[in-house]
Amino acid sequence: MKKLINIFLVLVMSGFVSTSYAASIKWSMPGDSLTLDPHAQNEGPTHMVSRQVYEGLVTPGIDMEILPQLAESWEATAPDTWIFNIRKGVKFHDGSSLTAGDIAFSINRAKTAPSDMVDLIKSVKSATAIDDNTVEVKTEGPNPILLNQLTQIFVMSESWAKANGCEVSYNWDAGETSYCASNANGTGPFKITFREQDVRTVFEKNNDWWGDHSSHNIDKIELLPIKNDATRVAALLSGEIDFTNVVPVQDIARIKSSAEHTVNMTPSNRTIFFGMDQGSAELNSSNVKGKNPFADKRVRLAMYHALDMEAIKDKVMRGQSFPAGIITAPGINGHTPERDQRLAYDPELSKALLAEAGYPDGFELTLDCPNDRYINDEAICVAAIGMFAKIGVTVNLDAKTKSQHFSEVKEGDANGMTSDMYMLGWGVPTFDSHYVYSYLFESSGSWNKVNFSNAKVDELVAAMGVETDLDKRNAMIAEAWDITQADVTYLPLHHQVVNQASKSNVDVPIRMNNEPLFRFANVN
Amino acid sequence: MFIVAFVSFSLFNFVGDPVNSMTGEDASDERRAEVREVLGLNDPVYIQFARFVGNIAQGKFGISYQLKREVSDLIGERLPATLELVFVSAMLAIITGVVLGVYTGIHRDSFISNVILIVSLAGVSLPTFIIGIMLIYLFSVTLGVLPSFGRGEVTDLGFWTTGFLTISGLKALILPSITLSLFQMTYVIRLVRAEMMEILQTDYIKFARARGIKNNIINYKHALKNGLIPVITITGINIGTLIAFSIITETVFQWPGMGSLFINAVYFVDIPIMSAYMIMVAFIFVMINFIVDITYYFIDPRIRLKEESN
Repeated sequence: MKKLINIFLVLVMSGFVSTSYAASIKWSMPGDSLTLDPHAQNEGPTHMVSRQVYEGLVTPGIDMEILPQLAESWEATAPDTWIFNIRKGVKFHDGSSLTAGDIAFSINRAKTAPSDMVDLIKSVKSATAIDDNTVEVKTEGPNPILLNQLTQIFVMSESWAKANGCEVSYNWDAGETSYCASNANGTGPFKITFREQDVRTVFEKNNDWWGDHSSHNIDKIELLPIKNDATRVAALLSGEIDFTNVVPVQDIARIKSSAEHTVNMTPSNRTIFFGMDQGSAELNSSNVKGKNPFADKRVRLAMYHALDMEAIKDKVMRGQSFPAGIITAPGINGHTPERDQRLAYDPELSKALLAEAGYPDGFELTLDCPNDRYINDEAICVAAIGMFAKIGVTVNLDAKTKSQHFSEVKEGDANGMTSDMYMLGWGVPTFDSHYVYSYLFESSGSWNKVNFSNAKVDELVAAMGVETDLDKRNAMIAEAWDITQADVTYLPLHHQVVNQASKSNVDVPIRMNNEPLFRFANVN
Repeated sequence: MFIVAFVSFSLFNFVGDPVNSMTGEDASDERRAEVREVLGLNDPVYIQFARFVGNIAQGKFGISYQLKREVSDLIGERLPATLELVFVSAMLAIITGVVLGVYTGIHRDSFISNVILIVSLAGVSLPTFIIGIMLIYLFSVTLGVLPSFGRGEVTDLGFWTTGFLTISGLKALILPSITLSLFQMTYVIRLVRAEMMEILQTDYIKFARARGIKNNIINYKHALKNGLIPVITITGINIGTLIAFSIITETVFQWPGMGSLFINAVYFVDIPIMSAYMIMVAFIFVMINFIVDITYYFIDPRIRLKEESN
């Protein structure tokens, strides 16, 4: 009997010792990383996982400021040439040392199809290792936002990638499953020790990390994706998970009411807006024939004044939004609080403007909306339609799943009919207005589906893409915003909000791109 | 099967453009065109279909657009989870269903029978996801005794991963299998009840009673045995339905089976996974119907007798 008790005690004690000092976090989000290959997918959750394991030359900090990471310092020796000095003594998880060659290899791998990062760093012409600790990056002409772009390029070990047959991200024709898609070998603060896609991924602290572990006390992270919102919230409330970076709006109050949990919120880098086709001769779905009502700025302004975004914030978003006056979020270069002021909600003014423009009885058209992409996207559209009805504009809703919505906005529907009015949200990973302009405003912009065209704006977009003098460049960005805001090119709605919830003793800093950085997390 | 292949192929040609989700919303037009070319989406529809059928005939379901892995590997990984869940649910539905069905059939108007019937009505009328969420709320959030998601700890047997061998795996099975089985259970209860009531009125039962045979033997040996034939038919067919229904249950409980794989694929427009799943389910349906037809032969002596008289 005594023996039994002894054995029992030993078991209890050993269990105790091995677990008591390990601070671990169980993290959940709706989706999992699609692949551990850091260049194969330019996608949020994929980067969130890679960021814990892989590192870049530079990296965004908690407030998205650019910090040195694998590069200790850098300088632009010519407008199109950058020299990066590589940190010494950095080791990959497999024990090999980081060299400048690995960095050049990674940048070149990321800029070569079938990598998904091709578009992001297409301005990079070449990356070469000058010696073991120096890398030279050449760009196509000056690129003022190269550092922003490089924050998304993770560094792999050249020898490891080659030894495992993944010199490129994946090979469609060979139909091969890449080793690097299910295994990771980075230089980061955590390493992946177990992975079952969509089920469970375990990260453990990398004791050989070059950096300082004192900013966190996490030994182990478990990622447990839960797609269903209600189940994820239930798992949080029942204590099966410690932290989630995606909280459904309708459950925030419920989680806040629990004494053991906290919810944090911050504006995200994504702004939701409506686009109105103002360049076509005639709208496809409208009862106005022979001309395009949206070509008249007064009509666009009338639509703007008809929207009561505060009401949508209260009723549809349950307080979880920041009504926007500019389609770029706070924290992005070019955004100012003054520009973010909305024009007044004034349906009477809208009616007057419509009458002045020759539509006293309004008109009719169709609004295209996604129903599974943005927070409460379809509900926002429904509410907006009610507001447009008040000024006499009859809007019919066409809401559908995101994959159909985006392809119809981009390329037209099956009959080639382009969208007259659509909802879109734009996130800005580079944290610079140029990203907004080159896609949404430039005449040739691939998401300029309102057919906006302004020679001056085109000129400014081209110039801000290459101007390296920050003051001059910021003046260009400001001028471009002056033009497009006065023109009411788009109808800004609101900046989305990032929510995250955790047990009260778990502290993961909230960031505007919703990406947790566990190297700054603490369990108290 | 060919028709299913055609339907699934044509359906997925209209669900949306996979290229958009694959390249992200900020990709250039050239990049989209390139991806489309690589995937063969520019070929005429009949060529795409011929390629599709040809590949399936060779057991090649293609590479997932989203995960960039062989679809057959993915399904192989996910199949055990779904089949274990369906197996436990089917057992639960049959055993509980038969027991309760017999009880309510014999004690027709008792209070307990009425309670069982009313509760079972909830089983058919409430949608699966509500039942699942209610169970999670009760047993995970309020009582904190059962896990709300996942499969628990699984044991890898090489070709099969099982949750039957660990305590956490078994605990994780409880809520999803109850959720999934409830609908079928109700079905079985009502079916067995109706059969029992009918059979207990027949002459041979009355005769058996007149002979003074014990009630238990009459009920279970004579009546139930005869009443089970339609039950087997129906449950056999319904196992296919369980597999199809498991999509919802798997989503609610984050069960890493084929259903959740399929749902993720729908969100992403991952056509290879979607069509492989459809064809798999159709195949299982066909197989089950085939097996049920064969079991008739063994269970129902009348079919065998007819054969022999011919």
